[in-house]
This record gives sequence, structure tokens and C-alpha cells, in this order.
Amino acid sequence: MRKLVRVNMTDTTVRVEELPEKYRFMGGRWLTSTLVADEVPATAHPLGPNNRLVFAPGIVTGTAAPSSGRISVGAKSPLTGGIKEANAGTPVAQSLARMGIAAIVIEGQPEENDEFFVLKLNKDGGELERAEDLAGLGLYEFAARVQERFGNTGFIATGPAGEKRMAMAGVCCNDTEFRPSRYAGRGGLGAVMGAKGLKAILVDDTGAPGVCIANEDLFRVGLRKLSDALREHPITRPGGTLNTLGTAALINVLNEAGGLPTRNFSSGRFEGASRIAGETIAETARQRGGKTGHSCHPGCIIRCSNIWARQDGSEHVSCLEYESVWALGANCGIDDLDTIAELIWICNDSGLDTIEAGVTLAVAMEAGLAAFGDGQAAIRLLRECALGTPLGRILGNGAAFTGRAFGLTRVPTVKGQGMPAYEPRAVKGIGVTYLTSPMGADHTAGYTVAPEILSVGGKADPLLPHGKADISTNLQVATAFLDSTGYCLFIAFAILDIPAGFEGMVETCNGVLGTAWSGEDATAIGTQILRTERSFNEAAGFTRAHDRPPEFMRYETLPPHNQVYDVPDEEIDRVAAVLTESR
Amino acid sequence: MPTVRVRLYATVRKYAPPGCHEGTFSVELPEGSKLEDLYRRLGIPEREVKQSFVNGRRAEPDQVLREGDEVGVFPPIAGGTEARPCGQP
Repeated sequence: MRKLVRVNMTDTTVRVEELPEKYRFMGGRWLTSTLVADEVPATAHPLGPNNRLVFAPGIVTGTAAPSSGRISVGAKSPLTGGIKEANAGTPVAQSLARMGIAAIVIEGQPEENDEFFVLKLNKDGGELERAEDLAGLGLYEFAARVQERFGNTGFIATGPAGEKRMAMAGVCCNDTEFRPSRYAGRGGLGAVMGAKGLKAILVDDTGAPGVCIANEDLFRVGLRKLSDALREHPITRPGGTLNTLGTAALINVLNEAGGLPTRNFSSGRFEGASRIAGETIAETARQRGGKTGHSCHPGCIIRCSNIWARQDGSEHVSCLEYESVWALGANCGIDDLDTIAELIWICNDSGLDTIEAGVTLAVAMEAGLAAFGDGQAAIRLLRECALGTPLGRILGNGAAFTGRAFGLTRVPTVKGQGMPAYEPRAVKGIGVTYLTSPMGADHTAGYTVAPEILSVGGKADPLLPHGKADISTNLQVATAFLDSTGYCLFIAFAILDIPAGFEGMVETCNGVLGTAWSGEDATAIGTQILRTERSFNEAAGFTRAHDRPPEFMRYETLPPHNQVYDVPDEEIDRVAAVLTESR
Repeated sequence: MPTVRVRLYATVRKYAPPGCHEGTFSVELPEGSKLEDLYRRLGIPEREVKQSFVNGRRAEPDQVLREGDEVGVFPPIAGGTEARPCGQP
């Protein structure tokens, strides 16, 4: 029996229930989005008592399935005003799954605004305790005190920015060495946690029974196929690209393709790209004594994470991944990795989404608060968020809010969420995903960069506006399913190219659940998830007019290809049309 | 005799001429040379190249190179084993 933990922050009660039959086969994003759609009024204020915050490990999370330690976090987003799912790879996801917990639903709100609690969970149940001195701390100090008091206890926490209800705040989970570094970053879910008065969930999995597997033989067959695919594909295999160079291997590729957003999306090339690229990160880590090939949770074959060391060899921060390095580097005109590492450390400590932070800092630079490339000024600005100064509260609410505060038009957001590290004017398909995903601008929602730039899962010309709705729709559907399994999105590189890997992925799900899903069933489930999410957003007031690029991208050309965003509205709207058919 | 500017990335950087900075250098090629001719000239086995960009556009091995072209060469970084239709898992 899988369990649903209901936590009421109004009367501070914790109830452990049997997972209702309706949700029996669900996990990850499928479960968080369905529970949010079922239980949160679409017009609820994201920071009010009627929003609910849901945590759910994936379907195969907690098993021996490789690279499957993901947890989804869902709620109505204070950043976009729509439904949100963000996920992270962390050992705490595996702990919850092994404890038989399918989901945790946080409801209500304490009457006093500054009251904070920690939820302590173990195999016998859970209880809320006052957070006492654990509230108000930066997350590194928080993690140190948790470890000192409770030993190696997994945590899910919000930082000072989330306690202050800033829409740029993410939800932070521990990595394999209990660093506060694995984020369900996007959409301001840390602010929802803060508004609930929940500082952290502390998870003690001692004596956990483990994940129940309905068909062990089938599970093993699938596991073998998927593992073989991951070990074979040049991007995911041990010693492959992600393992040796990390995700920042993409810096040089996107820069070469003219799609690396630079200085607040004013160019697609950054002259300092090679100084912040994955190759440079790996080489510097080798020289200084940092680490590449680090894993965010046990049992990962890919191991794309890293640990950055200072010049003297001491540990600085984990991890320098592509989107963070781009956001706080190229997008701010900063080409110094030690400065970028410090900005990532501030994000990890304050509880901020690195992508939104970098997009916001670049908008602030555009507003004249600092010069592009001025790393020390960027550090000073970012520190304001955790301090809660008036300027910190403007920045802490994200790029769209900051752009409005300073009267700017070049503000790269969709549905209020900052665009990630791929320029839509140079990679037209990822633009369709940004515009049409229920999540707002989100590259992970349908990664058309794979066929458009990386030649994975086929090839498509990134500069051509035609045919991108179909590519984006197919990938959004596949991703919605994958986000529900608990697998890392990066297994997609292998399973898009190696059919047996895809089969194995589905078979491991069938093995755990006792289902007989086919590939078509996975597609149907992915479509259903997207429809649920779009319906929520429609009820919250979203129309197709919200599936549009920021206007400047329609008339401002982007070097080096000197393109505008020219995917026609009718093409963009084909995504919504497919997802609303035969509802 | 067109001269092209070449950037080699990641594991193919080892084929750059000694002493060049960050895998970037210029090469003079016979008229009509293709991308695959450039690989041969530099001694890069074609299986080690996943994809190249010429002036920021993804280019196939039979593309003819012209004066002033900028060529970026990548290993499978970034690159699948075999082309399949887009979005078909």
C-alpha cells in the first residue's frame, strides 16, 4: 500500500492515509499535477491558505532503476499564476519512496505569518515541530545544524528567500553528501513552502520497507535494457559527455550555433564562452582538486554533477551546471568561473532558482543597476534578496517583476517565468515549448534542442520556423510521462536514439506497478497530464494570448543570425489545438 | 585558396596544431574543399566527429567551404548514435 501524507498547517496535524485508488498508478508530475488540479481552486492566491504544495517521488524512484532519484514538487505558482511542477534529483526522493510515501500534501497556513515548522517523517508517521532556530538561516548553516542534531537526515527545505515569499524561491533538497544543492528550482515553489510556514521536511528512512515491485522479472528485464542504453549512448555513458564535462558542455555548442543568450538576450554569442565552458570547468576541477562525474543521488549511471574548488583547492560549491553557468555568466556578461560559482553559492544559500536569478540580474543590469560583466556588483545585488531589502524584494520576485519595476521592454519571460539558456530566435522550436508549456518558459518541458542543435532524436534546422509545433508537442508529451516515472530527463538522450532503452523504461514502470503499458499508453498518459495542466491554467485565466513571445523578440533581430522570432501564431496555437482535441 | 577559421572542441581538440590557443586556428584549403576534406587534412577520424557548424549553421560533411568561413567541430557531445524521426521515442 502506498501512502498519502496530509499535513495541515492551520491546525498542525499530520495524517497518513492510504493513497486513493484514483491515484494508484501515478507518481511524480502526474501525481502532483493531478492532486493540484483536484484540490486547489484555480483562482486561489498562490501564497494563501487554499493553495496546496505537493511532493511526490516518481513511479520507479527508490528502486534499483538507474538515474531515477527524482522528486516532483507541485502547486499553483506565485511566479506564473498557473500550475507548476518542478523536480530535483536527490537521495531524499529515494528515501520517501522506500518509506512507501507516494505523496505529501501540505494544506492550510499558520495564523501567524512568522511561524515556521519542520515536518519530521519516519517509517511510523510524522509530526510537526516548531522550527525554532532552524528558521531564518541560510541553507548551508541550516544543513550543518540538521546534520549536527539529527545525523545524516535527508531534507527538503526553503531558504530565506522562500521564508520571505519571493517568487524566485526554489525548493532545496540535499545531495549525496547533504549539501543544500539539489533544487526543484522553478516557479517560486519555495515561496509557497514559506507561505505555508513550512521551513523543512526532515526524512529519517531507518527501517523503511522499500518499494513494492509487482513483477520483479519484468522489472529486471527493463532495468537491464535501460542500463545498457545509458551505458552505450555517447552523451550518457560513463566517460561520455555529461559524465566528463557536465551539462556545461553545452556552452560551446550553443555559442557556436549562435543560440547562447548573452547580456539579457541581446546577442546569441558570448565572447567569453570558452572561459566558462564545460571543458574549462572540467580542466580547472582537475587542476584544483574539484570533482566531475559527481552524482546527485545514489544509483545514477550518468553522474553529470560536479564540485567546484577555489584556487586554494578548498570546496566552493556544487554544482556548476549549464543553465546556472549560462544564467549567472553569459547572460550577465560575466566570464569568470569563480564569480559564477559564488553567485551559485548565494542562490543555494538564499534558496533561489539560479535560472530566474540570472535572468533577473541581467534585467537589473539592463536597468542600469550594474554594468554587464561586473561580477562584484552582481554578487552585491543577489545578496539583497536574502536580506529582504526593498531592492532585494523587487529582484526576489523575478525578471518580469523587476522589468516592470524599472520600465523595461526587453524582458525575456513567458507567463512571468524567465527564459532559460536557449535563445528562441536562434532555436525556434524551444521557443514553441517556452510559449506553450503550462509551466511558462521552461526548456525541460519539451527539449527540442535535442533534434535542433544536438542531432539527437532526429535532426531539425533550428532557424526554420516551420514544423516546430509537432516536434515540441511530441516532446512535451513524452516529457510529461518521463517526469512522472522518477527518471532523470537526461535518460531521454539515450532512449530517443536507442529503442530498447525506451522499452526498458516502460517495462520498469510496468514491473513496479503491475501494469501492461505500451509506448502508446505512455503517450496517452503524457497527453492526459498536459491536458490536466492546461485546463487548470484556463480556469486560472490563461488564454492563447498568453502563449506568445515577449514582443521585443518579434521586432528586435538577434546577432549573429540576425533573426526575429518568426514562428507564426497559427503554428504556435497548433500545440494547444492538439492538446485540447477530443477532450 | 580559401582560408577558413577552425575551432575544435572537447575531445577533438587534440587534433589542433600545436601551440594554437583554445583549439582555434586558420587553415588554407584548396578551392572546392569540403568539410570532410578539412577533417582529413587535420587527421580527425570522421567517426569522432558528431557534428560541425559552419558560420553558426549545422553542416554536413559534403558542404563546400568558402573564404572566411568559421567552422566549429564537435565530438558527440551533443550527439546521438543514429538519426530517427523527431519526437518519436
